[in-house]
Amino acid sequence: MRDPVMRKRIDRAKRVDSAMTGVFYSVGGFFLLLLLVLAGYIISKGLIDFYPDLLTFTKKGIGNQFFNTVYLVFLSLVISVPLGVAAGIYMAEYAKQGKLTTFLQISIESLSSLPSIVVGLFGYLVFILMTGAKWNLMAGALAVSILSLPLLTTTTKDALLSLPKGYKEGSMALGATHWRTIVKVLLPACLPRIITGVILAAGRGFGEAAALLYTAGQSTNINWSNWDITSPTCPLNPFRPGETLSLHIWVMRTEGSMNPNSAAIANFSSAVLIVMVLGFSLLARMLSKRINKKQGGLM
Amino acid sequence: MTSKRAADLEAANGYAKYMSRKGAFGRNLVTACGVFIILLTVSIGIFLIVKGTGTFTKYHHTVWEFLFSADWAPMDSASEGGGSIGAAIYIYGSLLTCGLALLFVTPFSLAAAIFMTEISPKAGSRIFQPAVEIFVGIPSVVYGWIGLTVLVPFIRDTFHAKMGGYSVLAASIVLAVMIFPTITTVAADAIRGVPSDFRKAAYGMGSTRWQVINRVVVPAASPGIFTGIILGLARAFGEALAVAMVIGKTRAFPKGLLWPTNNLTAAIAADMGNSANGGEQNLALWTMALLLFLISMLFIFLIHMISRKGSEKHA
Repeated sequence: MRDPVMRKRIDRAKRVDSAMTGVFYSVGGFFLLLLLVLAGYIISKGLIDFYPDLLTFTKKGIGNQFFNTVYLVFLSLVISVPLGVAAGIYMAEYAKQGKLTTFLQISIESLSSLPSIVVGLFGYLVFILMTGAKWNLMAGALAVSILSLPLLTTTTKDALLSLPKGYKEGSMALGATHWRTIVKVLLPACLPRIITGVILAAGRGFGEAAALLYTAGQSTNINWSNWDITSPTCPLNPFRPGETLSLHIWVMRTEGSMNPNSAAIANFSSAVLIVMVLGFSLLARMLSKRINKKQGGLM
Repeated sequence: MTSKRAADLEAANGYAKYMSRKGAFGRNLVTACGVFIILLTVSIGIFLIVKGTGTFTKYHHTVWEFLFSADWAPMDSASEGGGSIGAAIYIYGSLLTCGLALLFVTPFSLAAAIFMTEISPKAGSRIFQPAVEIFVGIPSVVYGWIGLTVLVPFIRDTFHAKMGGYSVLAASIVLAVMIFPTITTVAADAIRGVPSDFRKAAYGMGSTRWQVINRVVVPAASPGIFTGIILGLARAFGEALAVAMVIGKTRAFPKGLLWPTNNLTAAIAADMGNSANGGEQNLALWTMALLLFLISMLFIFLIHMISRKGSEKHA
C-alpha cells in the first residue's frame, strides 16, 4: 500500500462511497418525509374544514357518497371474488401447459395493465348503452370487478402454488379426490392470503374513479325512508345512479361555483379516503404478518 | 355378513362415484371461470377495435391524420361527418407529461429502492416498504386534488405561470409522485433477487459499497428495474382524472413547461359523456381509447421481451 497512485484511488473510492451513502439516506428520508407531510396535510386539511353537516346524508354531507362507495365495492367483490378465486384455482391446479393457459396468462396481464378509463368506457358501452339503462351502481360494480379480477386471480394462484406439497399429497393419499382436496385442504390453508388479496382489491375499489365516471354516474339521490328495492331512490337498489366518494372529489372540482362548500367537501372526502386506505393497508399487513408467523412455525 | 359387506362396498362405490362427479363439476366450473376471463379480455379488445376503427371506416379519416394532425374539430352529431380529428395535441400531451414524469422520478425511485434494500434493509422492510405501499394505495383523484389545491397555486405564484398554474409541469409532478411507488417496489424486488454471492464476490475483491451497488447489483438487477420503469410508465399513461385536474385542458401544444395542454385520457374523460353515440367526435374518442389499449399492449410486450432477455443472460 505504499504506491501513492493506488492510495489515491482507494481514498477516492472511499470518499465517493460515503458521499453516495449520504445521497441514498437523504433520498430515503426525503420520501418518508414527503409521505408523512402528504398524508398529514390531507388529513389535517380535511379536519380543519370540517363542519358537522359533512357527516349528514344530504347535499352538504358525504354520507350518501360514503354509503355508495361501500355498497359498490361490496357488490363488485360479490362478483369478482368467486370468479377470481375460481380462475386462480384453475390456473394453479388444473391448467396444463398449453395454448389455453398461455392465453389466460396473457389475458390476465392485459386486464391488469388496462387503463381504468378504458375499462370505464367498455363498461359504459356494454352495461349502459347496450342495455339502455341509466347510470347505475351495478354497472360501476361490474367495471370495478374487471379491474380487480387480475389481482384476485393472481393472488389465489400464487397462494395455492406456494403451499407445501405435503398438504396435497397427504390429502390425496387419504383417498380424497382432487376437487375435495382443493376445497377442504388447500383453499382453507391459503384463505388468509386470499383475504389479504381481497382487502387490497377492496382498497383499490374505494379509490377508483375513472372507471366509474360513465358507469356509476356522477350524481346520487337517496331517500332513506324508501325501502322499496325497485324504486330509484331506495338506498339498496343496485340499479340506481350512485356517485362514489372518489368521484365526488372530481365532481366537486367542476361544481365549485354551484356548491359553496365544495372545497371543504372535497378536502374531507380526501381525508376519509386516505384514512380508509391507511386502515385497509394496515389490515392487509397485519394479516400477512400473521401468515408469515404461522408458516414460519410450520417449517 | 357377506351381504352386509357387499352393501358396504356398493355404498362406498356409490360415494366414490358421487365424489368424482362432484370433482368433475368443480373442475368444469373453475375451467369455465378461466375461459370467461379470456372471453372478457378478448371482448374488451374487440369492442375497442370495432368502436375505435369507426373513425377510419365510417368517417374515412386516415390514421396519419389522427396521429399527426393537430386539427381537432370533430362533428358532434349522430351520423354527420366532415370535421377533423387530428389528435396530435393529445398524443403529444400524454407523451410529454409521462416522459417528464419518468425523467423526474426514475433517479429518485432507483435511489429509494437501493436505500431500502442495500443501505438500510431493516428500516427498509419495517418502515419504508409499508410507507411505499400506502403511497400505492392513495387514490389518484386525491393526488389530483392535492395537485389542484397545492401544486397549481404554488406554480402560479412562484413561476408566474400565464394560465394560473395549470401546466405540463404540474401534470408531470403529479404523475411522478403517483408512479414513484410502482417503480420503487418493482426495482427493490429486482435488487433483492440478485444472488448474495454477487455481492460477496465483489466485496471480497475490495470494492466499496457504492462500487458493489453501481457495478454489480444494479447491472444484475437491470431487467427488473426496466420492468418497473415500464409498469410505472403504463400507470402514468392510463391515469385520467388526476392529470385532467391539473393539465388545464386547452387544445394547443404547450409553449413550455409552464403552459397548459391536454392529453388523451383527460380528453376522453371530459368529452365522452357529452358526445352523441356513433358520431364523429364519439368515435374519435374511442380511437383514442384504442390507442391507449394498444400502448398498454406494447408495454406488456416490452416487459416480456426484457424478462426473456434477462433469463437468457442468466442461463
